[in-house]
Amino acid sequence: MAVRIGGEAGQGLETVGQMLAKIVVRSGYHVLTTQSAMSRIRGGHNYFTLLIGGEPLLGPAEDIDLLVAFSDETVAVHQEHLSEQGIVLVGQDMEASSGARMLNVPYSELAEDKIVANVAALGVVCALIGLKEETAAGVVEDTIGKKHAQMVSKNLDALHQGMDWLKGQNPDFQTLPPAPENLSQLALNGNQAIALGALAGGVNFCSFYPMTPATGVALNLIAQAERFDLVCEQAEDEIAAINMALGASFTGARSLVPTSGGGFALMGEGISLAGMTETPVVIVLAQRPGPATGLPTRTEQADLELALSTGHGEFPRVIFAPGSPEECFHLTRKALYLTERFQTPAIILSDQYLADSIRSVPRFDFDALSEPEMPGATLETPEDYQRFAWTETGVSPRFIPGAGPSLVVADSDEHTPDGHITEDHQVRIRMVNKRLKKLEGLVQEVVPPDYQGDEQPDLLLLTWGSSRGAVLEAAEALRSRDQSVATLYFSQVWPLDPGQFAEYLHRAGSVAAVEGNATGQFARLIRRETGFEVQRKVLRYDGLPLTGEEILRQLSS
Amino acid sequence: MKTDQVHSLYASRSYICEVNMVSIEDFGQYETAWCPGCGNFSILKCIKKALAGKSIAPHQVLFVSGIGQAAKAPHYMNCNLFNGLHGRSLPVATGARLSNPELTVIAESGDGCMYGEGGNHFLAALRRNVNMTMLVHDNQIYGLTKGQASPTTDPGHLTKAQPRGVQVESFHPLGVAIAMKAGFVARGFTGMQDQLVELIQAAIDFPGFALVDILQQCVSFNHVNTFEWYKKRCQPLASDYDPEDWKAAMSKSLEWGDSIPTGILYMNKTRNSFEHNLSITSRGPLFRQKRNLDAVVEVMESFA
Repeated sequence: MAVRIGGEAGQGLETVGQMLAKIVVRSGYHVLTTQSAMSRIRGGHNYFTLLIGGEPLLGPAEDIDLLVAFSDETVAVHQEHLSEQGIVLVGQDMEASSGARMLNVPYSELAEDKIVANVAALGVVCALIGLKEETAAGVVEDTIGKKHAQMVSKNLDALHQGMDWLKGQNPDFQTLPPAPENLSQLALNGNQAIALGALAGGVNFCSFYPMTPATGVALNLIAQAERFDLVCEQAEDEIAAINMALGASFTGARSLVPTSGGGFALMGEGISLAGMTETPVVIVLAQRPGPATGLPTRTEQADLELALSTGHGEFPRVIFAPGSPEECFHLTRKALYLTERFQTPAIILSDQYLADSIRSVPRFDFDALSEPEMPGATLETPEDYQRFAWTETGVSPRFIPGAGPSLVVADSDEHTPDGHITEDHQVRIRMVNKRLKKLEGLVQEVVPPDYQGDEQPDLLLLTWGSSRGAVLEAAEALRSRDQSVATLYFSQVWPLDPGQFAEYLHRAGSVAAVEGNATGQFARLIRRETGFEVQRKVLRYDGLPLTGEEILRQLSS
Repeated sequence: MKTDQVHSLYASRSYICEVNMVSIEDFGQYETAWCPGCGNFSILKCIKKALAGKSIAPHQVLFVSGIGQAAKAPHYMNCNLFNGLHGRSLPVATGARLSNPELTVIAESGDGCMYGEGGNHFLAALRRNVNMTMLVHDNQIYGLTKGQASPTTDPGHLTKAQPRGVQVESFHPLGVAIAMKAGFVARGFTGMQDQLVELIQAAIDFPGFALVDILQQCVSFNHVNTFEWYKKRCQPLASDYDPEDWKAAMSKSLEWGDSIPTGILYMNKTRNSFEHNLSITSRGPLFRQKRNLDAVVEVMESFA
């Protein structure tokens, strides 16, 4: 079942959407939300869509079953997507107040205060799709009580009024089937999952400059700053943010920097500095459509090549592209581990769709996770310490300045093992090789791509990052039409280990790259690394996430 | 400088110093890449003297520098050092200090690096008031890139890059810092070394952000503001000058002509340091922190 809530910015759609997602998850269903907002705080047209089901959900759907309209524009824009049995909820003060399959809700009667009209609507929706008031009330209490304890009863009353009113209407609408049993899950979006993974991975320093859609990562960490003694600082610009993170990391913090494309571009020199000084740092690059300011509140996967090549000079890096909140959690932990282990920058490529999309996620098994090893905790004060000592692996022991009498010297100039400036050509060659040597270690740790489907499929769908779900759905749909299809999905896009996947490309009848950008950047990377040319491309770059339906349409055209 | 020479110098140095027994020799003596007669030599000497005088051992101090001839200074002494990018020493120093509030953190670089490329960081550092020291080698010219105008070059100054003379107003770091009610604002001069040592020590002692702008000669590229030029003009502040009087300090900061005041122009004791406000100092260095996964599980449960 798909529920879409639409209206103007400032009407509390997001709050209602988030609460509904949580109610759905607590009721034992799966959920996947998508958010479409304009870059404004009031007015405009925004909508929040929830896909609800008994089975795990992969990607966004296009048809909707219930449209909750807080503005006439919502009705005009989305009515055409309404399924046959679908219903529209409208307010009594709207122009589109009556018509076929429309329910006219008297919000002013249900909510004593206009400010809680959205929660009255939440009540109507819950009753309409068959969710229990007890569960809904619990979520309303938890959500509202956190910020405005004195508003709880007013909101609970509106919720109750909404549910009660609907019961008297007897609408012709199919409620959700009973939820599967024993589902114990979280409702988590990509940004929240990255923050949680960062905490589990030992992050204790976060510097950032606010930029949609990455700010949520910082805000989620700030919310835990007191509890975990984190240092979270809003920097004067992105250049400062990355440099602060490096300063903190140099003195033993575990640093993370969230940003989006424009801010990431500003960080380029700092990322190069991390490569040169071998200072660990994780950068979260939550993509949005460019160039320049582009579509600031929408989604795209067009910064892959930026992430691959940012920073002048040559140095190793690792780039993850999680395709779900679960992967956001685990890959953020892994990024923190790898950046510390190999002392070179790690990048997490997410995007607006993934950052804001709330999913039902099984609880993470913390018993299976090891405690994060903190930098320098185990290193005894070394004698004659050299920060960039030659080693077999290219990784030099990292000692923390101030942790003992050994001195630690790092330089952005080419340097000798003790960290001091050199212009000696032989030292230069050895140092470049030492840094690049770390790539071999990183390749040993590569997360293999996920292959699903026939061994020799007629069609192989190649994808990465947040497009994963839509691709899996499209493949499922094609299989149901008896087509021979497989999928090859990458959650790590650099470094690549062609030994893990080249054979899949060659075995398929044809390969189509599915990406949220205009030029097929990942297909180009695959060609560069393997020589294999992907001929077919399924691309989307209108600012919206790929859907299974969109992929099917493009494949059949 | 020959690499092997530096190596042997470093290898011969014992880094372990007894507390209260720090001498200027503990900071070492190294060959430099500077021109003979450069003001950097005096500044380097004064820094070592200031640290030894305060019994701060090499391992207790972290220098963060940018790029330029001045930024090389910490390479020529024993200390912890992060020599980063042009203009970016202050944010690195900020991160380092917040991560380890037990370190004495000193950002050191030239006028172009600190006030030009790093101008926004300078303004933010004044506002943030993190307990650290900013030492600016101010020779009113770009030395490393061979003589272009810097933010503090006086208008009209002729250079190869500004053949009609500098056409923009010069930046007034002390005036800006005082206008923003920064913690500690001082000016020193390489020709007044006893005072410079005291200024650096007072800056380190100050529990907030401390700027020491150090006027120095550039023997190769600034033939206007020479050592003699500064020597003729630099005057210590009168003994009855009150650095806590903001209005007096504002007006003092504008004096730049036949007489240039040196000393502590302004001190703001009414502001708490950033670390103090965020209880960072009491928490200790982040590298000693352990992550409690049970607490992370509690955070996870808040999403259920």
